[in-house]
Amino acid sequence: MSAAINLTDVLDVRAGEPADLVLRRATLLDPVAGIDGVHDLVIRDGRIAELAPPGEADATDVEEVDAEGLHAFPAFFDPHVHLRTPGQEHKEDVETGTRSAAAGGYCGIIAMANTAPPVDDASAVTALREQARAQASVPVGFAATVTVGMKGEELTEMVELRDAGAVAFTDDGLPIASARIMRRALQYQKLAGLNIALHEQDPDLSAGGVMHEGAVSAALGLGGWPSVAESTMIARDCALAAYEDARIHVQHLSAVESIDVVRAARAAGVRISAEASPHHLCLTDEEVRSLDPSRFKMNPPLRHETDRQALIAALRDGTIECIATDHAPHHADEKEVPFEQAAFGVTGLETAFAALHTDLVMPGVIDLGLLVERLSGGAAPFDLPRPTLAPGSEANVALCDLAAEWTVGEDGYESRSSNSWCEGKTLTGRVLVTVAGGQIAYRLRSFSLGVAQ
Amino acid sequence: MRNLLSIEEVDRDGIEAILDRAQSFAEVGRRDIKKVPTLRGRTVVTLFYESSTRTSSSFELAAKRLSADLVSVKAAGSSVDKGESLKDTVATLSAYDPAAIVIRHPYAGAAQLIADWTPAAVVNAGDGKHEHPSQALLDVYTLRRRLGTLEGKRIWIVGDVLHSRVARSNLIAFKRMGAEVTLCGPPTLIPRGIEELGCDVTYSLDGLEEADVVYALRMQLERMNDKFVPSLAEYAANFQIDTRRLHPRQLLMHPGPVNRGVEVSGEAIDSPQSLVTEQVAAGLVVRMAILYELLAGRPERPTSIGDGPAAAEAAAPTIGQPA
Repeated sequence: MSAAINLTDVLDVRAGEPADLVLRRATLLDPVAGIDGVHDLVIRDGRIAELAPPGEADATDVEEVDAEGLHAFPAFFDPHVHLRTPGQEHKEDVETGTRSAAAGGYCGIIAMANTAPPVDDASAVTALREQARAQASVPVGFAATVTVGMKGEELTEMVELRDAGAVAFTDDGLPIASARIMRRALQYQKLAGLNIALHEQDPDLSAGGVMHEGAVSAALGLGGWPSVAESTMIARDCALAAYEDARIHVQHLSAVESIDVVRAARAAGVRISAEASPHHLCLTDEEVRSLDPSRFKMNPPLRHETDRQALIAALRDGTIECIATDHAPHHADEKEVPFEQAAFGVTGLETAFAALHTDLVMPGVIDLGLLVERLSGGAAPFDLPRPTLAPGSEANVALCDLAAEWTVGEDGYESRSSNSWCEGKTLTGRVLVTVAGGQIAYRLRSFSLGVAQ
Repeated sequence: MRNLLSIEEVDRDGIEAILDRAQSFAEVGRRDIKKVPTLRGRTVVTLFYESSTRTSSSFELAAKRLSADLVSVKAAGSSVDKGESLKDTVATLSAYDPAAIVIRHPYAGAAQLIADWTPAAVVNAGDGKHEHPSQALLDVYTLRRRLGTLEGKRIWIVGDVLHSRVARSNLIAFKRMGAEVTLCGPPTLIPRGIEELGCDVTYSLDGLEEADVVYALRMQLERMNDKFVPSLAEYAANFQIDTRRLHPRQLLMHPGPVNRGVEVSGEAIDSPQSLVTEQVAAGLVVRMAILYELLAGRPERPTSIGDGPAAAEAAAPTIGQPA
């Protein structure tokens, strides 16, 4: 596959004015491009034009932002978002979901295909792309399902889906239970291309599970979803991928056993990439003692502190190359019920950076550069260009105030749903401006931009 | 204490206070007129989403003995059958301005959840496999009467711990009162990690002779569909409490309903060592004490009676009302 140069070459976004902007005296940090220091970041016609010495960029005819003391990063890329369209627009749609992404500093997302009905034919992909060109604040790619109706029984028309513009295949929300069907999908990848993103969960072993199996589930009398129901499926798929020389992306790793499997597979040469979610990096199953499904019920579930520590270590050593929110909006009616009856999933786009900055960077668990690298690491596994501040590239920039404190949910959400795992938390670090696909996608209302002279 | 949602949140003094109150109600129960006027004019709602004999009947009788008006709602045959949500059902019942809602629900956390939706005191009468605090209190009451104290006593809880809210609440309560608890059952029915609650776990009845009290759990026959044990016969062969295994100095308890010949033998349950009927009797006075502790010390909310229509309006929930 020929590599795309710009996100907007492949992904769809609402057409608008290309950004012309100078971020004056911004502290830039793009570890992958080796950029670190105070510069004037000049964006012209939607591209990074120049990194000028502080105070020296020419801002004639463009908006100028006093960014002294503020940080500019490559904007983030989320390969795992549920936009709930078509069919569940009461939870989210393309407009609200991409607005939520823009508010979180994202310049691109991949929408999952477990909609109602699932995205399993080319006309659905075409319709969604059209919708994105009318409504999306940030570039969106649409995944299509691996199997028809996500039933795990027969493959979708993967070539036609690819030709219609699908950017990945996934049955996310459900595992592909049959090893035979899984193998066929991996064989067919030689023809259809595109990475296959996998929700790894042995459905039989995890049956009845609503939270991590361990001391907390024992104390609460809730059905346990054991770690090994994830790791055994990953092991199966690593073996199949090795056998077929195929490529897989493992979604939302949650358990230490799973990390061991991924690490060993990678060492053995299996082509595998992996993501972790902010909530798994910040929280443990202890939170479930509150029995609050709105914040703490998701799939895979929050696990033990040893799992969380293993995820952080894997984030550091690159076993996990990207952070993906698994933004999963749900209506209040599906969450205002007892824990076992509630829907799985939490929203995360608007809080990912702030939460990880607050919980991991500020206490010194990981450094800021690593966080930035992992938050924009979700494009590469899907052959999409990594967002960068390097001059000449499409402008994808997140301007953040690392000192800003804010209380999540206080001013509502851009998302249509409010099942944020950060609801009520006070976080430090806030996205002020997002430039996505060369356009200004978001400005925090209380942050006023300077005007052109 | 505003609600009784779990035994976890009641400390030892709180437990003792309820048990002492229950003891005074036991004295009332020996009179010809067994009723006290404490809750006259106040309303208690029982809301049962699962079948129950002991718990529902004893809460209902407890409310009546305290002179409360009782509204008893069973999910079957109510608007729940028509798909009404828990939230709406609770809002509806709260419109009657009850002093307490006693709820049993098949899912964990239901009682805690509705406590946020109603001004009434909420009593958890069993939520999923989570907790059954009033059962724990009546079992502690029963044992305290028989043994004087639970301090240093060894209690074995035997059987299907995995699916048992009684096991969880009793483990917490027994420990809080100073007892040492051992959980015993087939490994498939002991939840992984339960020992972190501070108990011993064993997978056979070897060593049962150390127990002062043997608490047999109901073997939930419907669980057989999930093949947690190979057969009831194999379960009974390994874990049934019978008169051969039960030493004459040991006490036998069971939360009911009993499957005779499965988790306990008929002889054992009918033996003088068995406290089963004492447990049921304790259920009434302990549940009176729970309602008393929650409601008697609490000022009655203004109701429409005597306050005029304006007050009635003000006391009504605002859901669906024009602003």
